Amino acid sequence: MTAVEIAAAVRSGQRLARSVVDEHLGAIEAGEADVHAFNLVIADQARTRADEIDGAVAAGKDPGPLAGVPVALKDNMCTRGLATTCSSRILEGWEPPYDATVVKQLHNAGAILVGKTNMDEFAMGSSTENSAFGPTRNPCDLSRVPGGSSGGSAAAVAAGFAPVALGSDTGGSIRQPAALCGVVGVKPTYGLVSRYGLVAFASSLDQIGPFTTTVADSAAVLDVISGPDGRDSTSIGEPQPPVSDTLGDGVDGLRIGVLAELSGDGIAPDVAARLQAAVGALTSAGARVAEASAPAAVYGLSAYYLIAPAEASSNLARYDGVRYGLRVDASSTPDMNTATRSAGFGDEVKRRIMIGTYALSAGYYDAYYGKAQKVRTLIINDFASVWEQFDLLVSPTSPTTAFSLGERTADPMAMYMSDVCTVPVNLTGQAAMSVPYGVGDDGLPVGVQILAPALGEPIMFRAAAVLEASL
Amino acid sequence: MNANTLDVPGLGAPADTEWETVVGLEVHAELATETKLFSASPNQFGGEPNTHIDPVSLGLPGSLPVLNQKAVELAIRVGLALNCRIQPSVFARKNYFYPDMPKDFQISQYDEPINVEGWLELPSGKRIGVERAHLEEDTGKTVHIGGGGRIHEAGYSLVDYNRAGVPLIEIVGRPELRSAEEARQYVAELRAILVAVGASDGKMEEGSLRVDCNVSVRPAGSDQLGTRCEIKNVNSLRSMGRAIEYEANRQIDLLTSGQPVEQQTRHWNEDDGRTHALRSKEEDYDYRYFPEPDLLPLDPSTKWVEEIRQGLPPLPRDRRLRLAEAAPSVDVDHIGLAVERSMDELAMVAIGGGGSPERVMTHIVHNLADGFGELAAEALADLVQMEEAGELTATQAKKVLGALVDGGGSPREAAQALGFEAMNTGELEALVDKLIADHPEEWTRFCEGDAKLTGFFVGQVMKATQGRADGKAVTQLLNARRG
Repeated sequence: MTAVEIAAAVRSGQRLARSVVDEHLGAIEAGEADVHAFNLVIADQARTRADEIDGAVAAGKDPGPLAGVPVALKDNMCTRGLATTCSSRILEGWEPPYDATVVKQLHNAGAILVGKTNMDEFAMGSSTENSAFGPTRNPCDLSRVPGGSSGGSAAAVAAGFAPVALGSDTGGSIRQPAALCGVVGVKPTYGLVSRYGLVAFASSLDQIGPFTTTVADSAAVLDVISGPDGRDSTSIGEPQPPVSDTLGDGVDGLRIGVLAELSGDGIAPDVAARLQAAVGALTSAGARVAEASAPAAVYGLSAYYLIAPAEASSNLARYDGVRYGLRVDASSTPDMNTATRSAGFGDEVKRRIMIGTYALSAGYYDAYYGKAQKVRTLIINDFASVWEQFDLLVSPTSPTTAFSLGERTADPMAMYMSDVCTVPVNLTGQAAMSVPYGVGDDGLPVGVQILAPALGEPIMFRAAAVLEASL
Repeated sequence: MNANTLDVPGLGAPADTEWETVVGLEVHAELATETKLFSASPNQFGGEPNTHIDPVSLGLPGSLPVLNQKAVELAIRVGLALNCRIQPSVFARKNYFYPDMPKDFQISQYDEPINVEGWLELPSGKRIGVERAHLEEDTGKTVHIGGGGRIHEAGYSLVDYNRAGVPLIEIVGRPELRSAEEARQYVAELRAILVAVGASDGKMEEGSLRVDCNVSVRPAGSDQLGTRCEIKNVNSLRSMGRAIEYEANRQIDLLTSGQPVEQQTRHWNEDDGRTHALRSKEEDYDYRYFPEPDLLPLDPSTKWVEEIRQGLPPLPRDRRLRLAEAAPSVDVDHIGLAVERSMDELAMVAIGGGGSPERVMTHIVHNLADGFGELAAEALADLVQMEEAGELTATQAKKVLGALVDGGGSPREAAQALGFEAMNTGELEALVDKLIADHPEEWTRFCEGDAKLTGFFVGQVMKATQGRADGKAVTQLLNARRG
């Protein structure tokens, strides 16, 4: 059952939330040992919450648009009284005293939290192998990675552990694992979903979004978690129209560009073939498709790997052993800070803290961080020109299908290249999503990325629905 | 020739060189808001440790700052009062590790501060440039337990985050002060402005006003700035003056003995009256400033700034000018003192009510140093008029004033209660004539010009009247009788 179907059944009293939860907890019990999607499963709390929902329905109340829908949450979103680890040893033992805004929104909509999902440590990675608690495996092929950094959330949905998961996307961390696991994944417009309670990786790029098995489910979840939040200064102040309302409006007459910079060099032929198939489907549905170009987009990855580490180096400074999480004692405060951070952070996190610290240092700022911000502006300008001619853009989500565990861990640059198609959208703040569109030569899922201008979610979802229906 | 002697003003100067002290002050003032700069926790001095906190002021993972509009308004008030240009500004992160800083970065303003290019006028009329006045958040407080409270000997340390996130305005003055006394006047004036516009309570002893002093010296007449040292931990106007004087002398001693001044941050020790090196320029942090991505740029509308400008109260400088106009013959220092003590309004009303400006200001400066309690301006005006009419002596007036400060009321009633019945002229004349008759020998010597005898007769009158007579009136009477 999809999330939309579950909510309809629970709200109308046709099905108990408790049975929905039991079914998914059963799936977790059966498959979790192989997949390792979760850092924490809260079976008892989920059942208690399901009984509450059922009680409400029995009493004639409406628990909300996601009534009884099990949700898995990436382990970088704060949950009051529940460990929130970011898959890092440095947050060992920390239980947030507050809920993230999205957690409250999901709760108020009747959703049921079943667990916290595994991720690359502090969302730094593209395979979920950078977790202090071991990698997550791709449910489609257990020898492959699920992508990352929200690999646990993507795998949980793909494995049927939960119909909905939330992830966070800083450079592709929702879309790329969605593509590799064969599910829908959405990176909303920056500011559409509150970041309050999302443990920051790179504040100007981070955005929360859903994973689901269907486009309609993602729309339903986005409609719940989007909206203004007084606790997030970068939140968009005006409520947006529900995406679900226009899902079936089609693409007839829309101008859709195939973004040359993200669709040519370095894209595996079987992935490119699936993109061509998607273009064909959109054309058949009445869209006018042509090649589009945003030349500066090719510098996106370079700019991203300066801006994101720079912000991260500052955001992760607070893990110093003083207030919460891990502390490794030493004879002075600076030595304690060093010992704690040396023991608590993994290699990739340390690498990015060092890159970011360097990029912001006196004498290097202009050459690195400053220049990267200028490139970011160029990319934004190039996309602004593109949006004068096109309503939407398409590209592959990932250059390849899921790769094998260990295949890229020794080569950070090869790993970084996994994000080449997804990163530009984070730099511009625009919306994008990945829709599963068949399989590659190896039989593994391929995702097609749809890109929309800021707040272009309604038409983006219309195109996603067309692709989904054409399969 | 050693190139150093060219670069360092005064290095190896002869012993008789005249030196000029150059001071620039960085003043941090806590803004008097209800809540913190980026969260809803109360902005209150004291309280049980770690009770004025929340996820944002603790910098918990996932928390985000939201700017307090009242803090921005107060910052603009300060900017306007310091004649600054109010401009669009950007918050930046100042990155360094310290246990009392919850995020290990401080949200401050860096290359685009809210207020720039202002000035502050000292009571003397000298203007001191204000480079900028920007918004930032305060840190928590670390308490070292054991080892006499010193960090290196302490058994352990505790951190109180109640102060973390309290809004501060940092006012950076140009190095245009030339003495410890000018520095004192600058801080006093700045404090008066901050209090007048309602931006801060200005309490140095509670740490809501904190001053860092940049001190350098140079041979008088030089137009080059010497190497400066930054002095921290001055907790009162008095210790600031002492610290600046000590530091200037230390630098002069170094230079005259041929040693350069090293650019350092130094710590003022109140107990030994010295400054001690904390860290050198090379050891300074690289703060890695960059724009704070969690906050939007701040761009106050012209309309809002104008509304704030219209709502500003009269500033100390305007109040001094006004009082000086009403009391033109009074010393400027006394005018300044009256405004500094917020007694200028009292003075204005008393003068307006008919009191002579000189006498009114004498009472204000000399007799009301501890405040003016129940004293009404009309009563002060009446008191001064009674003095002028000879109904009260200066000594009596001071006592009456004391009674008015303590209990209010009218000066006439207070004078009566104290037994200061006004002597009429006839009564005084009769007394003087009787004394002349009783002391013929002394009177003859007085008439021959022995000035000491004035004191004798005045003393006799005072004795007879128990101090009710006006000494001046007695002298005039004696001179008149002599003819």
